[in-house]
Parts: sequence; C-alpha cells; structure tokens
Amino acid sequence: MSASALARSQRKGNPHARHAHFHVKGHLLEGHIVKRAMVDALKKLDPRHQIKNPVMFVVWVGSVLTLGLFAQALSGHGEAKAPFILAISLWLWFTVYFANFAEAMAEGRGKAQADALRQAKKSIEAKKLESPSRSAPMRKVDSSQLRKGDIVLIEAGDLVPCDGEIVEGIASINESAVTGESAPVVRESGGDRSAVVAGTRVLSDWIIVRAAANPGETFLDRMISMVEGAKRHKTPNEIALNILLAALTIVFLLATVTLLPFSLFSVKVAGSGQPVTITVLVALLVCLIPTTIGGLLSAIGIAGMDRMIQANVIATSGRAVEAAGDVDVLLLDKTGTITLGNRQATKFHPAPGISEIDLASAAQLASLADETPEGRSIVVLAKEKWGLRERSVREMGAVFVPFSAHTRMSGVNVEERELRKGATDALDAYVQAKGGTFPDAVRATALTIAKQGGTPLVVASAPEAGAHSGTDSPAGSDMNRARVLGVVELKDIVKGGIKERFAELRAIGIKTVMITGDNPLTAAAIAAEAGVDDFLAEATPEAKLRLIRDHQSGGKLVAMTGDGTNDAPALAQADVAVAMNSGTQAAKEAGNMVDLDSNPTKLIEIVEIGKQLLMTRGALTTFSIANDIAKYFAIIPAAFAVTYPSLDRLNVMRLATPQSAIMSAVIFNALIIVVLIPLALRGIRYRALGADALLRRNLGLYGLGGIVVPFVGIKIIDVLLAFLHLA
Amino acid sequence: MSLHGLVQIALFFGAVFATTKPLGAYMARVFAREATFAGRVLGPLERLVYRAARIDHRAEMTWKTYALAALTFNLVGIVALYTLQRMQGILPGNPQAMGAVPPDLAWNTAISFVTNTDWQAYSGEATMSYFVQAAGLTVQNFVSAATGIAAAIALIRSFSRRNSQSIGNFWFDLVRATLFVLLPLACVVALVLASQGVVQTWDPYVTIPLVESTKDASGNTVAHQILALGPAASQIAIKHLGTNGGGFFNANSAHPFENPTPLSNFVEMWAIFAIPSALCFAFGKMVGDARQGWAVLAAMTVLFVPMIALCTLSEQAGNPALRNLPVDDVQSLLSAGGNMEGKEVRFGISASALFATVTTAASCGAVNAMHDSLTPLGGLVPMGLMQLGEVVFGGVGSGLYGILVFAIIAVFVGGLMVGRTPEYLGKKIESFEMKMASLVILIPASVVLVGTAVAVVTAAGQKGIANPGAHGFSEVLYAFSSAANNNGSAFAGLSVNSVFYNIATGLAMLIGRFGVMVPVLAIAGSLAKKKLVPPSLGTLPTHTLLFVTMLVGVIVLVGALTFIPALALGPIVEQIASSKS
Repeated sequence: MSASALARSQRKGNPHARHAHFHVKGHLLEGHIVKRAMVDALKKLDPRHQIKNPVMFVVWVGSVLTLGLFAQALSGHGEAKAPFILAISLWLWFTVYFANFAEAMAEGRGKAQADALRQAKKSIEAKKLESPSRSAPMRKVDSSQLRKGDIVLIEAGDLVPCDGEIVEGIASINESAVTGESAPVVRESGGDRSAVVAGTRVLSDWIIVRAAANPGETFLDRMISMVEGAKRHKTPNEIALNILLAALTIVFLLATVTLLPFSLFSVKVAGSGQPVTITVLVALLVCLIPTTIGGLLSAIGIAGMDRMIQANVIATSGRAVEAAGDVDVLLLDKTGTITLGNRQATKFHPAPGISEIDLASAAQLASLADETPEGRSIVVLAKEKWGLRERSVREMGAVFVPFSAHTRMSGVNVEERELRKGATDALDAYVQAKGGTFPDAVRATALTIAKQGGTPLVVASAPEAGAHSGTDSPAGSDMNRARVLGVVELKDIVKGGIKERFAELRAIGIKTVMITGDNPLTAAAIAAEAGVDDFLAEATPEAKLRLIRDHQSGGKLVAMTGDGTNDAPALAQADVAVAMNSGTQAAKEAGNMVDLDSNPTKLIEIVEIGKQLLMTRGALTTFSIANDIAKYFAIIPAAFAVTYPSLDRLNVMRLATPQSAIMSAVIFNALIIVVLIPLALRGIRYRALGADALLRRNLGLYGLGGIVVPFVGIKIIDVLLAFLHLA
Repeated sequence: MSLHGLVQIALFFGAVFATTKPLGAYMARVFAREATFAGRVLGPLERLVYRAARIDHRAEMTWKTYALAALTFNLVGIVALYTLQRMQGILPGNPQAMGAVPPDLAWNTAISFVTNTDWQAYSGEATMSYFVQAAGLTVQNFVSAATGIAAAIALIRSFSRRNSQSIGNFWFDLVRATLFVLLPLACVVALVLASQGVVQTWDPYVTIPLVESTKDASGNTVAHQILALGPAASQIAIKHLGTNGGGFFNANSAHPFENPTPLSNFVEMWAIFAIPSALCFAFGKMVGDARQGWAVLAAMTVLFVPMIALCTLSEQAGNPALRNLPVDDVQSLLSAGGNMEGKEVRFGISASALFATVTTAASCGAVNAMHDSLTPLGGLVPMGLMQLGEVVFGGVGSGLYGILVFAIIAVFVGGLMVGRTPEYLGKKIESFEMKMASLVILIPASVVLVGTAVAVVTAAGQKGIANPGAHGFSEVLYAFSSAANNNGSAFAGLSVNSVFYNIATGLAMLIGRFGVMVPVLAIAGSLAKKKLVPPSLGTLPTHTLLFVTMLVGVIVLVGALTFIPALALGPIVEQIASSKS
C-alpha cells in the first residue's frame, strides 16, 4: 500500500463515522415554524409576490373580483345573494392563503436553520499577516475587512475568520458550527485536508491561512442563503412545469370566460332562464385551474432542498438536486463507500517449513509499534488465533522501523533480528539483498490472495545489519539467514448491505462503477463481491475524467464524490458532484454539492432525494388535473341550473342545491391544499422500482385517486353544508 | 349494434391495419432516401422538379428555414388559388361559364384548401369551373397534404438526430410526399372509384328528362333535370387520401357521382385512415423502435373505438325527441330503424355513423350523411373528435405530429412520476418543448372558443344560425371546431357563406393550421439539437399499454376539460332535454 493510499484510507476509515445533524429536527408541524409560517403566508398575499405564480395569481384576482361583487351585492345590485358571494370570496382567499402557507412552511425550517448558522457568522477578529510567515508583522482587523488572498494567523482558541487554504501549520479544528460534528478534525497545509471554513474554531496549535473568499461569499454565507431559499431560482424542470400549468390556466380561463357569452346566447334562444353569474364562473375557473399543484409547487422544491440539508448535504443549486434524480451512472470510491475504510488481516499463510504460530508471532512483533489500522488488525488476529499477548516493544528493546516510501516496508529490529513486512516485490528485493531467496510457493500464495481481492503482506526476517551474533546462536543457523516467513492476508471488508443497495440501484436503472487505485485483479474481485456493475482500476484523475466524459458523450448523467484537489477536474465535469466537507477548497468549488458528513455512501441517498422530489412533483400534478373531473360534475349542472334545469341529470353526486354544489367544490379545492402540505413537504414515498412499476403505482395512487377522492370529498362537504343549513 | 355494423367496423380496421405496415415501411424508406421501386420509376420526374425549381434537395435546413419554406410555399398557394377563383370567368375549362368567385368566398376557399381543411362555404357544381377544381383545388389537395406529411417527417427526424442544427429539407420532403406517396396511391384509388361509377369527364353538365315530371315551389312544371359532371374521380381520390374532404359536388360523398356504392364508400373510408395509420408505423421505424409507432397507433385506436360505438348506438337508437311519439324506429328486416334523417339509404346507419366518425377522427371532413341531422349524442362524437385536436388518426402528418405533442405532455407528467426529468425517445423534454407544446394545445382551443363566442354575441354571427335553441349553438360550435382543427366538415344548418363567417372561419383555419405547425417545427428544431439519452430500467417506457393508457387519458382530459362546459350547452343539454319531452 502506498503512503498516500494509506493516508486516504485512514482519513476515510473513521469507523465511528456518525451522521451528525446540526439542523432543527423534529415534527413537520413544529410549533414556532407553523406560527412564523402563518404570519409569512399573510405577507405573501402581496400581489407583487403572487404574480410570480401565475396559477395562484389568477385565484388572487378572482378573490379580489368576488370581493368587489360582494360589495356590489351589499349595495343592492348584486348578481346573487350577498352571503353566497362572500362565502365564495372568503374560500378563494383561503385558497390563496393556504398555498402561501405551504410555501412559508417549506421555507420555515430553512429559516430556522439559517438563524442557527448566523450564530456562527458573527464578526470575528482576524490576525492579518503581511506575509505568510509566523514572524511577519501582524495587524488585528475585523473579519469583514478580509479580502481574497489576505493572509491570517489563527491560533488555538481563535475562530477561523474566513474560508481559506492552510499555507503553513497543522491544527485540530472543531467544525461543529458547520457540520454539527463535534469531534475535532485535523487540518494541515498541503495535501487534501488544507481547507478551513469560517466560523469554525481552532482547538490546538496554529495555522497560517490564505483567504479564499471575500466576505459575503464564504461557504457559510452560501449555506445560509441556500437553506434560507433567499436566492432560490426555479429549477429548469420547475420552469417547464410552470409553463404547462400556465397553459392549462389560460385554457380554462378561456373555457370559463367564453361561457358568459355562450350562456347569454343560450338564455336568449331558450327564451327562459338566466345567464350564469360571474361569481359562479370565477368559482368554476378556480376549481378547474391546477391550484393544488400550483399552490404546492414551490413548497415541493424548497422541501426537496431541505431534505438534502437534513441529509447534511448542501447543494449549491436546486438544479443539482433535480439532476441527482436523473443520474445514470454513479462513480463510487472503493474505500469508505464500498469497503470499510481499512483492510484487515484475516489469515496467516506460513512459508514452507515455517509454522503458522511462528509467522503469527513475527508478524505481531513487526506490527506492535505500527499504529495503522492494518497493523492493529494483525496484532488482533494474532491474539485471536494464537492467543499471542501484546508484548511491550520497549521492554524488549526493539526499534520500530516506520514505513518509508523508499523501502516500502515497515517492521521492527528486535533481539538482533530484523522483522519486515511489506509488498511482495519490496520484500523480494529485501530478502535477496540480504542473501536469502524468495520461495516460489510464497509468491504463488501472494498472487492467489491478490486475485481474490486481498492484499498480501509478506513477512520476512533477517539478521540485524551490523549486529555481530555468534555463528552458533541458540536459535540455530536459521535465524542467521534472511528468509521469508510467510504471508499475512489483508482483506478489504465489503460493507454490509451494500450489495443489496447496488441491486436496488440496478433495478431503477442506475449503473454503479467502482473507482479504485488497486490493480485490476484485486479490483475485479472486490467488484464482484460488492456487486458493482463495473470498475475502474488503477484510477488516476485523468482516467476518472475520461470515464466521465465517455459516459456523458453517450448521453448519460454521471454522479461522483471527491475530496482531493486532483479530483477537482472530474468533479467539475460530473453532472452531480459531491465534494466532501473534509476535502480541499478546490474540490468544494468544483462540486455542486458538499457533504458535511464527508460520507461517500451519501451519493446514493442524494440520488434518492432527487428522484423523490421529481416524483412528488409529478404525482401532485397528476392528482391536481385528475381532480377536475369531479369538479365539473359538481359545478356544470349547478352553474347552468338557471339556464337549462335539465342539466341536473349530470349532478351524479346528487348535491343538495346548486349553491351547495359550488361551495363544496370551492371548499374542497381549498382544503385539499392544506391536506397535501405534509405530503409536499415530506415527499411521496420513494421505492426502488423500475420505471414501469413506479408509473403503474403512482398513476394508480395519484391518477385514479385524483379522480375518486374529490367525488367523495365534495359529497361529504355538501352533506355537511346541508346539515348545517349553510347553503 | 347490429351484426352488420360490427362486421363492417371489423372489416374496415382489418383493411386499414393490413396496409399500415407495408405503406409505413415504404414511407420510412422514401424519406430516409433509401432505394424504392417508385424511386426508380419516378426518380427522373423528381429530379426534373428539382432542376426546374433550382432546388438543392440535399441542403439541410434549420427549423426556422424549414418553417419559412413551408409558410412561403403555402402563402404562394393561397395567392394562386385566390387568383384562379377570381379569374375563373376568363379561364378555360369552364363549360358552364361560371363567373368569378366573390372575394370573401375566394379568400375563405383559398385558405381552406391550402390549410388541408377543405371547409366549403360554396357548392362545387354551382360555383367552381372544372379548371379551378382540377388545377386549383386538386393541386392544393395534394400539396397541402404533402406539407402536413413533411412537417411530421421533420419532427420524426428530430427524434433520431443528435446534436444537429437541422431537421431536413422541406422541398425534398414536399416533393417526395407528393410524387412518391400521394400520387401513386391517388392513381390507384381514382381508378377503383371510377370503376364504381364516380364520374371523370371534361364534358359539360347534361340535361335529362325526368321519368316523372314534378312542380317547383312556385308551381311551375319541371320536366328536366341537370346532372352535374366533371373530372371528379381524380379529385375525390386525393380528397380522401390527403384527408382533405372538399367535395367535388355540394353533397360531398353523399352524392351518387362521388360515392356511388357501398364498395366505393368502403374504399373512401380506408383512404382516409391509410396514410395517418401508416405514418405511425413509419414513425416507429424511423426512430428505430417499431413499438413506439404501434403504441401511438394503439392510443388512436383506443380513442376511436368508444367514439364509433357511441355514434352508431345513438343513431341506431333513433331520435330521442320521437321516442314518446307513435313512431316505429326499431330495426327490422325491412327497416333500417334508428335515425335515418340525413342519411343515404344505400349506406344505412352503420356505414353513415362509421363514415362520420372516421372523417372527423381524421381531419378529413368529407361526409356521406348530413351531420346536422345526427342525434345530439351522435353529433357530439364528430364534434368531440375534432375538439380533441384532430389527433385520433388526424390529418395526414398533422394527426401524427399532434399526437406526438400530446405524447410529449404525457411523458412530461409521467416521467416526473418515475423520478426522472422527463424524456421521450431519449430526448429530454424541457421548458422550450413545453412552451411550444402549450401553444399547440392553446391555439386551436382558443380559436374555437373565442370564435364561437364572437359568433353568438354578434348580429352577423347569429344571422347564419338556422335552428333555435341548443342545436343552433351546436352548429356554431361545430363550425369553429371544424375550421380551427382543419377538419372541414359542417353542421350544414349554419349558413356560412356570409362575409362574417367567410372571414372568421378563414382566420380560424389559418391560425389553426400554422399556429400548430410552426410550434411543432420549433419542437423538432429543439429536439434535433439535443443529445440522445440511452434508455435504462429507470426510463419511462413509452411503448407499453400503461403509457398508451396514460396518453389516452391526457388527450381526453385536455380535450374534455376544455370543451365540456361548451358541449354541455350544446349537444349534451339537447340530448337530455329532447329525451325528456
């Protein structure tokens, strides 16, 4: 294992990775959010706000118009009874208010989170340096005066005043203000862990940081504006849907507006009856235009972003959330996503003539001082299998030889022996240099292990260089020759349940590609074990970029996670690019989402949230349009009861009176928005099914349901109205 | 429904579906520039046309250029047809010495034939000379149909292209549709019709003595009858094949010289559906997945079947107003029963109801019975079919592009429900497509509603209405539904040869045709530019029964929701009211 790969696996292999949630969690209808939303919904009655939503604006105009008709009726020249007009008008106002309330509710949670984030974003005193050196002259300035490129010193106990890149030093930092994770993280200059975020606190040591953003453009600022929805732009699909809804609204507007001349003509030629009233036409119009989806559309979008935030993912745009639903190919890093972060020793394979316990003992000794997870796992295995207790290396006078890129081995010098472990070729060279031979049997074992997806770690011993041991030492002449003791098999442990997860993804048409630095043999074995569709072995940043481009030129949408600066080009190229919060500034800027938990498996969740958002939108649109059938049966006979009484035959619901029929339809139309708010905020249930099965299910639930529910609902309201003698 | 009626419908569909695949496959080859037998025979003629018109038929066009070419070509057609009618008196081929057609009627007729509507505010044998019928109207019957096919082919092509700025060459599509598709078929159909007795002559009208003399309204004895003749068979073949519908004679296909026998009736009905159904197959073939074409055809058929059932059953059930009177309208061996008013005895109820449904499902508009005399519900069927946007088979080309726009809308909603942004045949459906698709739905619907509203509130509009009450309203609604959706049939009770109706329906036809075709070409342009997303398990399949159901649902909902209030004041109330009295 190379040094950098070791570092990577250590970083990602946090076995205690927690899903920390900093945000306000709780019941959908949490008290203070509801209260705030109720007030906000009133504020949103402003026509300048309403006009942004063409469907609801039509309702708003209808509300104003009927209010005017009510005033006219009060003055004695009304087209219908004043209380009836007032009742219609009030319910139209309720319809608008409920739609506003839905939007305000969706925004509410975001606002609460934004408030929490703002706590972290108070003005901070920054220690500005003239040059990137600890001894450079320092000046204390306010963080708001820092500009991109400024150099600051941050010492233990200081808050980080700006987003930036560490140019010198190493420090442990508490990032809970941003991530909600209170365990400190280490950040250091160079490499992939050099980014710091404004508002976090340095716990120990000191760092010199170059500011990467101007005030107001920091990560925290972006997060606040994202969760608050202040800079929320409609997503492309939302715009397209809005166009369809606006077109339907215009069609229905024409259908109802032309009913006035039609009914005037009908009255004239029938020679009896009265033309339809404007109040009834407005009621009909509002019932027909897609108010349900029109009222809930923006709430659905905001709630989708919010669910992302609940998963501790900050998307830089709603567009990215939408694209997540469209993803065809997932590029997943092997380490941390598919396998547990570290390889573990699973078996000792002694060389010919060596007992397994000798190998275990030597391997344990060589690993005692080795603090890498691999090293620890060897000690654990030796203890489990042979009951070898940990020995104190220091007492034995052993000298630890750490891993170096030059020798590519580590080990220990003890009792005039050198014990070494490392990759096959490194140990081959070592043994031969020491005058020993590398047994073919061991070579074959190592190859088999590699083929099966494991990592062979060869253990060898040799007399300590420069040590003069007698030729007849008690341990026998064997001890004086360099020789191979055997192989320790390290295996990647594939995460539990991941295979099922990939099968689900396959069922919904998403291809998974494992990205790994391993050789193709090892990669193939792990790929087969984990059940991914494809793998990219010995992956370099260039190979990754090429793979993404290949898929994209075939028309596919690609999602990936990344954290290092060398991931940046691939992240920029991918359609959905999730940067780890622990990653570099460059990676975060190249991606369109940041995962605060730095958990690569999150990608799957992100795709599900994206799909759920789109499904909710489609389901409620279908429901909304399907509702119209019942409303026609309620309103048409009622509206023309005065012109053509025989049309009462169409009153299949047997609604009590024309007034109660129209009232019931309008009331149902308003209440259904409230009823559906929880669904819009939570999203419809996501299921890993193929498209055909999903369509069948949702079309049945929301299409057929949308036809049936209003028949029942309107009838119930009508019965209630008749019972209460309200209409 | 009588056994005879059922057998007729089954035979009819058998004949239509039998030719769907071979004709569709042939058209796919023709427009993909592949070698065909017709190409070898007609190739020299085609090349001659290109050379004479100095057309580079391989030059690729953007959607704007394509649309501009189509619009220009049709504008020239309107001007030419208008001029021919106005100069009729001094042109040859005019044995009856017909004078110039009045300006408002000439404008209406010119637009009508160029837009493939063939709405006729005139009576052919009393207004148009042989020359104008043959060189003006028949020519437009060919090229207006070819324009529709061209636009449909451009749209189909856009699905199979990727990252392309162009959607083909209008002139190539137009010439090929005319020469390779319409002309050979029209020749065959014309010969079959002539064999059944459809007239084809340049001789003047003949006067024959009546077997039994009679008296006219003013009491004078009438002993002779004038029989109108003309080059009819050649025009009638294309009238059906091109879903034009403009009759040579006023009575259209009810006229014995235009549709003499049950066999000619059958052939004429087949000819209406032949190309619209074959184009569905060509669509599937050209986008590389025949199932897609069959799915579209299935949706059309599913929409058609209940309509034909409703129409036939309503007509067979008889006039609801007569139900309580001592009238025997029960079907028996000796009596057709049902509502025979306005129907030809040689066709009877089944063939008349089927013809009425076929001619309005497709935007043909030829009639073999008087639609004004259909029962209220029977008359609702043709009106409803037109209001659905002429997508149930529809006009040649226009029916296919119409239903594909509905498919785009169905995919948009359905695609979201499977958790992806919508895509149809690998093309993402985004805001531009939705904008244009919205226009396609909005434009004809608003023309129908606004046109009807204007007609019923203005004195000029009300003057033409013959029947009082709800039926009068139905007549106006039918007229604008027919004009805006380019059908051309009429509830003849309305007198439409007035300046008001000539101008109003002329505008309705113009907007209804090009207000749809241009947005469709815009969609084609946008789709051609997009990349192709390969299908996966997560992609909404658009060839399944489920999708067909959904497509039918969208068409019915959009059509029904728009027009139910208006229909309630027309045929629906008429049916309910007359069955009560």
